[in-house]
Amino acid sequence: MFYREAGDFKTSYAEDNQTFPIKFDRYRYYAVLAVAFLVIPFIVNDYWLNAVLLPFLIYAIAAIGLNILTGYCGQVSLGTGGFMAVGAYACYKLMTAFPDISILIHVVLAGGITAAVGVLFGLPSLRIKGFYLAVATLAAQFFLVWLFNRVPWFYNYSASGQISAPERTVFGVPVTGAETSAWAVYLVCLVFLTASALIARNLTRGMAGRKWMAIRDMDIAAEIIGVDPLRAKLSAFAVSSFFIGVSGALFFAVYLGAVEVGEAFGINKSFLVLFMVIIGGLGSIFGSFAGAAFLVLLPVLLKNLLVGSLGWPTDVAAHLELIIVGALIVVFLVAEPHGLAQLWRVAKEKLRLWPFPH
Amino acid sequence: MRKMFMTAALGAALAAGPALAELVVPDLSYRTGPYGANGIPFSDGYQDYFTLVNERDGGVGGEKIRIAECETGYNTEKGVECYEATKDEGSLVYQPLSTGITYQLIPKTAADGIPMHTMGYGRTSAKNGAVFRNVFNYPANYWDGASHAITHILNENDGDISGRKIALVYHNSAYGKEPIRTLEELAKKHGFELMLLPVDHPGQEQKSQWLQIRREKPDNVIMWGWGVMNQVAIQEAVNIRYPMDQFIGIWWSGSENDVKAAGDGADGYKALTFHNLGDDYPLYDDMRKYVVDAGKAAGAGDQVGSVLYNRGMYAAMLAVEAIKTAQELAGTSNITSEQMRDGMEALEITEAKMAALGLPAFGPEFKVTCENHGGDGYGAVSQWDAAAGEYKLITDYYQSDQEVIGKLVAEDSAAYAEENGITPGCD
Repeated sequence: MFYREAGDFKTSYAEDNQTFPIKFDRYRYYAVLAVAFLVIPFIVNDYWLNAVLLPFLIYAIAAIGLNILTGYCGQVSLGTGGFMAVGAYACYKLMTAFPDISILIHVVLAGGITAAVGVLFGLPSLRIKGFYLAVATLAAQFFLVWLFNRVPWFYNYSASGQISAPERTVFGVPVTGAETSAWAVYLVCLVFLTASALIARNLTRGMAGRKWMAIRDMDIAAEIIGVDPLRAKLSAFAVSSFFIGVSGALFFAVYLGAVEVGEAFGINKSFLVLFMVIIGGLGSIFGSFAGAAFLVLLPVLLKNLLVGSLGWPTDVAAHLELIIVGALIVVFLVAEPHGLAQLWRVAKEKLRLWPFPH
Repeated sequence: MRKMFMTAALGAALAAGPALAELVVPDLSYRTGPYGANGIPFSDGYQDYFTLVNERDGGVGGEKIRIAECETGYNTEKGVECYEATKDEGSLVYQPLSTGITYQLIPKTAADGIPMHTMGYGRTSAKNGAVFRNVFNYPANYWDGASHAITHILNENDGDISGRKIALVYHNSAYGKEPIRTLEELAKKHGFELMLLPVDHPGQEQKSQWLQIRREKPDNVIMWGWGVMNQVAIQEAVNIRYPMDQFIGIWWSGSENDVKAAGDGADGYKALTFHNLGDDYPLYDDMRKYVVDAGKAAGAGDQVGSVLYNRGMYAAMLAVEAIKTAQELAGTSNITSEQMRDGMEALEITEAKMAALGLPAFGPEFKVTCENHGGDGYGAVSQWDAAAGEYKLITDYYQSDQEVIGKLVAEDSAAYAEENGITPGCD
């Protein structure tokens, strides 16, 4: 009944190649966009924004970034936290050095700077693969965090070593600092997420994405059919780091407002984003969303359920939360190694045949 | 689809809020993670005092106090979530017990008009209430602590410490970096050499720092540690046979948990404090009668009388006194967070007040004003007695070097005011 192509005729190549070729899928997508842009801004409050929506939007951008590198190009990275830190510190330096330029431009520029740093740390990927590359990116993680802690120039010589975002506005509405309103902050992050997802989706469908996937599936074969590994790998690092840098900049400037590098961008962050990508589904943009939603929502949900509704002690709930999330990750990986995106794909196949699975 | 279900369930979980007819005090605690060993006693003491006030006096001014506990795990993201989750319940005052979370909440609380009390931690320059209208850090702050440690070393060495080498072992975060500026100023003033040894979160790995201490043999070591870092540092100091009476910890590095693991070797370790220790106070009789023996104690109820329990209780006592002051000022018992702020700004703690509460000479006397949100900077030094298993005060309360600190507070708060476009003023 749903997802039926019957009667859904395409008369041009453009129509046939669109992201959501099935009509039902497309309308669902428009509906989600409409709700996200036209309904949620009017009903969002501070709690929903800070506990659920902002982390989801920002982690989704980071997950898209890592998914391009790990899911599409097959280069395992444990440096996500470090690259997010580059985005955050770049954004901070730009914000304080050029206070008159729009924060939106600074966030994009911060992404660009992170892309350059990402390419630099991507260079070893030309010679090393798999676990060894993971170790090399792990080194990037530790080096970058150490750097931002060690060199006072990065945090403008503040006594505490923290960076804090001054107030900046978009069209006169504050989006960083203390006086922000929930809808404005939400919309800024939503615009960045939508743009990131559109760009990522179209990159991965085009020539760049095909080259990445060729490298992922077998790099020697890819080289033989004419894919330049240098450009393919480094472009994957650049694009991936760009998105991660944007998410780091938003994480610092819009979400937290003040950041301490070791705590906010430590190795835990790298693992968290990697879990999101793996649980959501490697090589899938939808998977990035699903993984981010899963890992952001589940702890909040469990906390509200155990402490808020059942009235359990907070420490028991916090420990249980770790156990449950950990167990669910294991269960998911055993039951569906390709992640939530694959579950969604299977569900769609089933829905196509429903109610007559012959 | 999955997301929709979760969102629906989340909404349902959120909708079930309790009715509001009491004074709400949030407790952003941490009972898990690498800092849990220190977070538990503080939170227990904090909650038990409010329970005592509810049980014995029927609340403050007739209004019962409800604790809204939220687990942060010492993590800033969770801290922000906890703040957002509790602020709409009518929260009166926040005490996050984390310098990192404090930095997050300073702008947020200012925007929402809720006061924050960061007792002995947080941003030191919040002492200047003309800039930080909503933040209070009485009775003492980190820079006082740095000065207390140096003054103690001065007193031990007949007032001359020029040429001495003093090492600072610190948690490499906003918290640990706080005293550096003061220590640098004091190093200039007294002519000692300062050696900085950062330890990264969570602090389980300190071999290289203590190797360096063994090699360079600083005359004194000052520590700014928290959680598991304290235990490891004291154990390492014992391992390299560093003389424990030359090793001074800030008040956050001076609980029983920190020294017990190192056994007898830790005997003689010194820690600063800004309140008294032990449970030899009339208040504890009430605490046992109404709270612990009645089975109403927070947590496991086994922390009563420990250093951090006392500190949590002291924080709650100051909060209750501020609520009383606020109720007098506002002329109503059901105060708002703005009235609470005014109450904190008018708070005066005298010896008579503390004695009446059953805590004679428990902490310094001080009076909060708009210009001074930080008290007068009195502290004392305590020393661990491993045989007796307790800390003992070895000095009287003495004041920190107000000349150096006052200047630094003025500088730092002016910089903050400029960065954030605040016009300092007391209305």
